[in-house]
Amino acid sequence: MHMLKIDNLHARVEGKEILKGLSLTVKPGEVHAIMGPNGAGKSTLGNVLAGRDGYEVTQGTVDFAGRDLLALEPEERAAVGVFLAFQYPVEIPGVNNTYFLRAALNAQRKFRGEDELDSMRFLKLVREKLKVMQISDELLHRAVNEGFSGGEKKRNEIFQMAVLEPKLAILDETDSGLDIDALKQVAEGVNALRSPDRSFVIVTHYQRLLDYIQPDYVHVLAGGRIVESGDKDLALKLEEQGYAWLAETHPELRKADLAGAPA
Amino acid sequence: MNPLPSPFVRAALDAAGGLPDSGIAWLDAARRENLQAFAESGLPEGRNEAWKYTPLRALSQRAFALADRTAASGLAIDPALFALPGLDGARIVFVDGTFRADLSSLDADGIELAPLSAALSSQAEPLRFALANRYRRGATDAFVHLNAALATDGFVLRIAEGATVSRPVHVVHVSSGSQADTAWHVRLLVEVGKGAAADIVEHFVSAGDATQLGTVVSDVVLREGARLGVVLLQDASPATTLVRRGHVRIDAGAQATLHALELGGGLVRHELHADLDGDGARFDSRGVFALAGRQHVDTQLEIRHKARDTASDALWRGIADGRSRGVFRGAILVAEGADGADAALSNKNLLLSGMAEIDTKPELEIYADEVKAAHGATIGQLDERSLFYLRSRGIPLAEARSLLTLAFCRAALESLQNDTLREYLGERLVAHLPTGPAE
Ligand SMILES: Nc1ncnc2c1ncn2[C@@H]1O[C@H](COP(=O)(O)OP(=O)(O)OP(=O)(O)O)[C@@H](O)[C@H]1O
Ligand SMILES: [Mg+2]
Repeated sequence: MHMLKIDNLHARVEGKEILKGLSLTVKPGEVHAIMGPNGAGKSTLGNVLAGRDGYEVTQGTVDFAGRDLLALEPEERAAVGVFLAFQYPVEIPGVNNTYFLRAALNAQRKFRGEDELDSMRFLKLVREKLKVMQISDELLHRAVNEGFSGGEKKRNEIFQMAVLEPKLAILDETDSGLDIDALKQVAEGVNALRSPDRSFVIVTHYQRLLDYIQPDYVHVLAGGRIVESGDKDLALKLEEQGYAWLAETHPELRKADLAGAPA
Repeated sequence: MNPLPSPFVRAALDAAGGLPDSGIAWLDAARRENLQAFAESGLPEGRNEAWKYTPLRALSQRAFALADRTAASGLAIDPALFALPGLDGARIVFVDGTFRADLSSLDADGIELAPLSAALSSQAEPLRFALANRYRRGATDAFVHLNAALATDGFVLRIAEGATVSRPVHVVHVSSGSQADTAWHVRLLVEVGKGAAADIVEHFVSAGDATQLGTVVSDVVLREGARLGVVLLQDASPATTLVRRGHVRIDAGAQATLHALELGGGLVRHELHADLDGDGARFDSRGVFALAGRQHVDTQLEIRHKARDTASDALWRGIADGRSRGVFRGAILVAEGADGADAALSNKNLLLSGMAEIDTKPELEIYADEVKAAHGATIGQLDERSLFYLRSRGIPLAEARSLLTLAFCRAALESLQNDTLREYLGERLVAHLPTGPAE
């Protein structure tokens, strides 16, 4: 049985087709790494899966544990177990971090027909999770991501993931901009959550993260599709050789697809 | 001059004709004079710059009789209608502009609080300047004349020199909502003595849904070193038209603070003029209006720095949903000689629907030296990225919208010292915020 099955997904942003027939299957407990040049569509994939407005699916299907994921609202996707750690987490002044997280958890629990956590039980949960993810208490009392450093924002994403305990976590470049200690902590956070019924899709540019989080599969996303899949060795090869070599085996890819989109 | 008085003006003239004489010659003369001025000017029209965004054409076609005082005195009003948590000090309640002794409790340490009707009958002379001389013909606008001509009730509040009044004075204006097409007018006078400190909560509610007009004109004086905190909670029914005009004079070293929350009303005009008259005077104002449906709320703030080292800080937030319209004008004047003034004004607005409209106009005029002044106004929408972020964590759209909207207003309410009241205002605001999806 699969957890996530993406079949021939086409998606447009601002009228421009970004995903062009992407297929990917993730089974429970698996960790999939996705690499690919800048502008290939990795974040677009995460946004489409999380249900962001403006990302229009024109073709294809996404099945999440037997449900049509694309038919759900973003909050419903979260409640059934999809979590996206953003490449660029937003700052939300005026909304307290802890309040927000409890509101999120309780909204999800309510949707699933579970009882809501009162503040005592919630704080207990937060304290447990804080042990895994080194985040200072002080950050929890601030507004969501407000004034957080780049690394603190990324850690906050993983902390949220730990509290919300999703079935499928999509981490979009959570390792970018982290110092070595923070990188290890993020990896530990992910590893602590690994379980036979939880899956991860990890978008990264660097194979270093994969030294700490052992992936089951490594994929290359280019030109809006998964063009190559393999194991950890594929990541090592990409690190050494870049993406240009893919043009030989994939003549349909344009040079621009492999060079990374201009900013 | 209007050749044909509008139905609104005709009805005001009729109402005045039915008022008994006060028995105080100068007062009756002032009323007649103001009525005359009102009849001549009529309601402000489109050409009047100060009323540009609040057209009164529809209002001028309506006729309001004076609310019946006997009916207003006898009407059963449940005190729960205006109960506020933590407010157990002095209270003065008006129903359709008529003082209600049965709902009020006027005694508290350090204050002297009397309904205007009683103050006039016992000792009218000290009130002469405020009620007769201040509003000369032509010196002010139509609603002030109307109020001066027709207001027979209100209150006089004096805080004794040096007194610290710990519990806020609760001022309640109830629109009965049961006398259709009637108007009421209230006149308020407040004097905070030298070095005294007090708080006032001014509260507007409705007990029914009938169409009514209310006008309130208030004069507040803070003597040297005095401190006054005012909280304004406007929660009237959508059938209510409210016009409020407040004037605050702040003497040397005195500080006035306002927190306003405008939630209700159909057509509302709130004008507040603050004069920083003495050296080191300070005026802080914070306010939020949250509008929906077809509400129209117009806030006009005029702050005049007239002495040295005066400070003002204004922070206002507006939210408009549905087909509502919000208007904000914040004008700061730093007069010649008011050197060392420090003035800040921020007005941010949020449009929650494509049909809503907000007009904002900050104005700054400076004629003094070494002045610090900062002002800015914005109009925007809820941030799509923030909304998606919250939803992606499981928070439903409606809740995400109200969370962000409340966050947007937070800065305006958080400086309120009274915790109980601050939390209550926050809850009222949340309950009032639209929860449905955007249009
Ligand atoms: N909201 C948007 N509006 C316009 N264009 C967009 C939007 N989102 C994505 N795109 C475009 O879609 C393409 C893919 O972007 P995406 O962010 O998915 O790339 P990526 O693979 O995540 O790249 P990176 O490695 O740099 O993060 C880019 O050309 C980008 O400019
Ligand atoms: Mg990206």
